[in-house]
Amino acid sequence: MKNDTLKKLGLTLFVIAVTVFFSLSFIVDISFKDKDVSSLLEEKNKGLANIVSTIDPAPAYQMPGALRNAFNQYNEVIVNEYGIKDDELKNFIEKLDSDASKFDTSAVQSFFGKDDFLTTKFLENTSWMIGRDWQNFDQFKNSINDKLQNVNKAVVSEYGLGAEKQDAMVLILMTVGAPDFLKTGLWAFLIFGLAVAGGFIHFIPLWRKKPGIHNDHIHHNKSQTRQWPAIIVFVCLVGFYIFLYHYPHYLANQIALLKPLSENMSGGAANQWFLYGFMYTLAMFTMGARMMIKYRGNMYQQVRTVSVFFFQVAFAFTLPQILTRMQLPAYDLKSAWPLEYSFFFDYRIDEYMQNGSLGLFLFGWGVVLFAIGVPLLTYFYGKRWYCSWVCGCGGLAETVGDPYRHLSDKSLGSWKIERWVVHSVLVFAVFMTAWVLYTAISGDSELLGINSYSVRSTYGFFIGFVFAGAVGTGFYPVMGNRVWCRFGCPLAAYLGLVQRFKSRFRITTNGGQCISCGNCSTYCEMGIDVRWYAQRGQNIVRSSCVGCGVCSAVCPRGVLKLENKTEDGRINDNPILIGREGVTLNL
Amino acid sequence: MRIENILNKIAYFRCEHDEHMAHGTVIIGNGIAGITAAREMRKISDERIQVISIETPYFFSRTALMYVYMGHMKFEHTKPYENWFWEKNRIELVQALVEKVNPEKNELLLSTGEQIKYDKLLIATGSKTQYFDWKGLDYKGVQGLYSFQDLEKLEANTPKPFQKDHPTKKAIIVGAGLIGVELAEMLNTRDIEVTMLVREGAFWNGVLTPSEAAEIGHHIESHGIKLMFESELDEVLADDSGKVRAVRTKKNEELECQLVGITTGVKPNIDFLKNTGIESDKGILVDEYLETNIPNIYAAGDCAQMREASSGRKPVEAVWYVGRMMGEVAGANLAGKKTAYKPGPWFNSAKFFDIEYQTYGNVMAKPEDKQEQYFWKVKDKNKFMTIAWQKETNVFLGINTFGIRLRHEYFNNVLKKKMTVGEVIGGMRIANFDTEFYSKWDKALKNDFTSETGIEIREPNMLQKLLQR
Ligand SMILES: Cc1cc2nc3c(=O)[nH]c(=O)nc-3n(C[C@H](O)[C@H](O)[C@H](O)COP(=O)(O)OP(=O)(O)OC[C@H]3O[C@@H](n4cnc5c(N)ncnc54)[C@H](O)[C@@H]3O)c2cc1C
Ligand code: SF4
Repeated sequence: MKNDTLKKLGLTLFVIAVTVFFSLSFIVDISFKDKDVSSLLEEKNKGLANIVSTIDPAPAYQMPGALRNAFNQYNEVIVNEYGIKDDELKNFIEKLDSDASKFDTSAVQSFFGKDDFLTTKFLENTSWMIGRDWQNFDQFKNSINDKLQNVNKAVVSEYGLGAEKQDAMVLILMTVGAPDFLKTGLWAFLIFGLAVAGGFIHFIPLWRKKPGIHNDHIHHNKSQTRQWPAIIVFVCLVGFYIFLYHYPHYLANQIALLKPLSENMSGGAANQWFLYGFMYTLAMFTMGARMMIKYRGNMYQQVRTVSVFFFQVAFAFTLPQILTRMQLPAYDLKSAWPLEYSFFFDYRIDEYMQNGSLGLFLFGWGVVLFAIGVPLLTYFYGKRWYCSWVCGCGGLAETVGDPYRHLSDKSLGSWKIERWVVHSVLVFAVFMTAWVLYTAISGDSELLGINSYSVRSTYGFFIGFVFAGAVGTGFYPVMGNRVWCRFGCPLAAYLGLVQRFKSRFRITTNGGQCISCGNCSTYCEMGIDVRWYAQRGQNIVRSSCVGCGVCSAVCPRGVLKLENKTEDGRINDNPILIGREGVTLNL
Repeated sequence: MRIENILNKIAYFRCEHDEHMAHGTVIIGNGIAGITAAREMRKISDERIQVISIETPYFFSRTALMYVYMGHMKFEHTKPYENWFWEKNRIELVQALVEKVNPEKNELLLSTGEQIKYDKLLIATGSKTQYFDWKGLDYKGVQGLYSFQDLEKLEANTPKPFQKDHPTKKAIIVGAGLIGVELAEMLNTRDIEVTMLVREGAFWNGVLTPSEAAEIGHHIESHGIKLMFESELDEVLADDSGKVRAVRTKKNEELECQLVGITTGVKPNIDFLKNTGIESDKGILVDEYLETNIPNIYAAGDCAQMREASSGRKPVEAVWYVGRMMGEVAGANLAGKKTAYKPGPWFNSAKFFDIEYQTYGNVMAKPEDKQEQYFWKVKDKNKFMTIAWQKETNVFLGINTFGIRLRHEYFNNVLKKKMTVGEVIGGMRIANFDTEFYSKWDKALKNDFTSETGIEIREPNMLQKLLQR
């Protein structure tokens, strides 16, 4: 077949697969059978099953609303049964004889019972009212009426399905309620298989080319130059991240697709993170294959691509599933603090502590990794050992993101912004960790009047979700593939400091051979103006360089070489261009 | 030095607000030679610097024109400095054509009619395509490839990227040199059938050795380019509307085509200097300080011709590196720091489709008396090299390398030290500049070299220490 035809065919298959994937949310009905539902519910909530099983089958996008209605219905029943009813409160207030000063602990206890749950909650909410001066009794009455809701909320949390559990319950119920035919693995195979097959067919023309540099038409291509196809990809990616993080239940049918795989790997049901991890790995596989084809003949690129893929499959995707199966904390062993920003969070530390020597090992490993492993390996090999050989974010950037690498901004201005932003994130991450550790050790959640939990959740939202996810990946088609690594990753900042000041790694410039063509700078995903250095005969020693090696690959004159050598001569701020006698004056 | 700078700054400041403002230095041409000179000058002095050039408002890398056409880069990417750079360094850029130079009045006449005075002048006007007097060069679809305007012309003469219905389907490229190959590669990306007319019997055989020329020829053909050896252009033929329809060769063959690329070399762009008293031959004649026969007028880059070339070098060397090195020297001299242009050992590089080429020292296409050459190829790979040395003394003369990257610093050193070929090959592991994880070839080279030439390899320990820092 002709190259053009193959490319169109591949793209069509891929688009079909993506369309089917997303349409599962709209066209496939979710329904609840009594036994499925009740097996998921806690003993005390079994009553919910009756209500849920009356819900009519509906497509996934309508189901969360229907479920929330059912939960409300159920909770009303619970309140009726266990809560304070309006007339009950009325009675109680009447008993006070319009005298607010009669309101005290014993009055409550005698009315609601001494050790009752209601009594406790009621007092928790109203004890501040005891012995106060009230302008009149009505004011007192209104206050107490206001508190009724809080008490009943507590009742719902205790006996029914509290608001805090509802999101998770919607997702769990919907994944279970997804139709059985989706859960056989066949549809997963068809949908994901079609997407991958589409990709591979699309790559055949690339395969037909000889080994070499394949950058023809990149800047003629609408999808790679921020035109409408790129905008579509951008919207889809960002949308996917928003749904994944904030509305995962709309993806219940898609999650259900992976049920057999998840059960085989971890023994548990799939959730949105399993779906994400699977798709992430699959995308890396497909686009990694493209990398392997594109850089046939360049061993550095090939070995590096195999390496990131290996770490993704083995460490990021499989190992945590196995650990889960062994009922150990699921932990990605290659993910180092501060990228793994929750490493020192109290619940993580509890997890390590509860798992005996293995938990201790996991904790020790993480500490050794960031405190010794990272600086030592960076000293010997540069930051690249992590960022473009091991890291999952880097791995996605280097495979899925490769078609967008030229979109990074190379201006001096953007370098300035980069240094401010990325180092601020590092400082933020360090402070947050210190705060959280302080809380964990002292049990005091406030430091300098700021709550460590709010610091943590701010970080989680802005850095974890917005920056690393939505912007980091979603912005590939508009700002290049390393937006997160360049501007946001605290680990990259840390590695970068080591690389800049104490490392054997550099990109050597080959004497006077540079012709200032600009290929190196154009294809630098980190936005380094490589040419600036190369054309002055200067080695490139930059904290942001992730050592992807593409500048060296695309250089048509053989000017650049990534190497690890002794430190002297690495940094030459006043380079002399080889080629003529007499020294250039450096002022 | 510092005080001088400050005084200069004050003088500059005064001048700017003075009726009798100093004219400072004017540079004609914003190519690598002119721009390097301006930057070098600015490092040393605070005088006023104006750069007048017609082609583009800002300096760009001519060597990257092909990548713009092929879509590897946008034109924007070929500019080595951001636009703010010039104002910050007080290098004034003027986009205009200089029509005349009047050395008696220290004055330039621009095409706008404006006259510009100078105290010192640097001519760095580069080259232009060399056309021979073939018939039919005026037809639409005949062009060279040198300037930004040539690139625009090529865009107009050929299909847009991915465009199917364009009349230009076949192209003839006349002349097989570096620019010819680049043009062939460019046209290939727009699905145009390319035939190259090569006057000689092998590809670029004035520079490459016969074995190399054969290898490169095969490689170019493997990309679907047709090479017609011993073919010369006689005439370009056009249809009624004046559009190219074919060329006729000296052997009277008629070859259909809609585009004719003339890449038979370049020549210094100095016509506008006629009758100015500035001496020229092929290029503007300059002494070792790059000064012309008229004091305070200098020339650098492609347009300059050394009155006396240093050994192993040619009087006119139209390459990027020479433009840059001459620019450094010219800049220093213009700033009053007398500096002689003394090029070191020759080096150059290029790329033929997928095969990178580097050269250090001198490897003759046909070895001169008392010179030996050894051609070596990695089996089944597009990786090969030719090593040249002096017969009796075994002194290393140079190397051409293809598909293998080598270290400039290493060869610059060994050539200057006149080391023997055995020593040079002995250090090939250090000289290797290939990407990490590429398979090592130096052992095989050493074995083959010794067994075929009988020359002993000497591992240079001292050198190793010196270089493998
Ligand atoms: C397609 C191509 C690829 C090349 N690739 C390589 C390579 O890979 N390696 C290599 O070493 N060399 C290469 N070269 C050669 C290299 O580009 C030239 O040697 C180099 O650019 C010359 O620089 P220069 O500053 O002397 O002149 P130029 O770059 O030609 O600059 C001269 C400038 O002066 C302007 N000018 C001329 N006359 C006037 C006037 N009267 N008034 C105002 N302005 C004027 C011109 O418009 C031009 O902009 C290549 C050349 C081309 C065309
Ligand atoms: S790609 Fe190579 S030749 Fe081009 S600017 Fe970069 S280092 Fe120089």
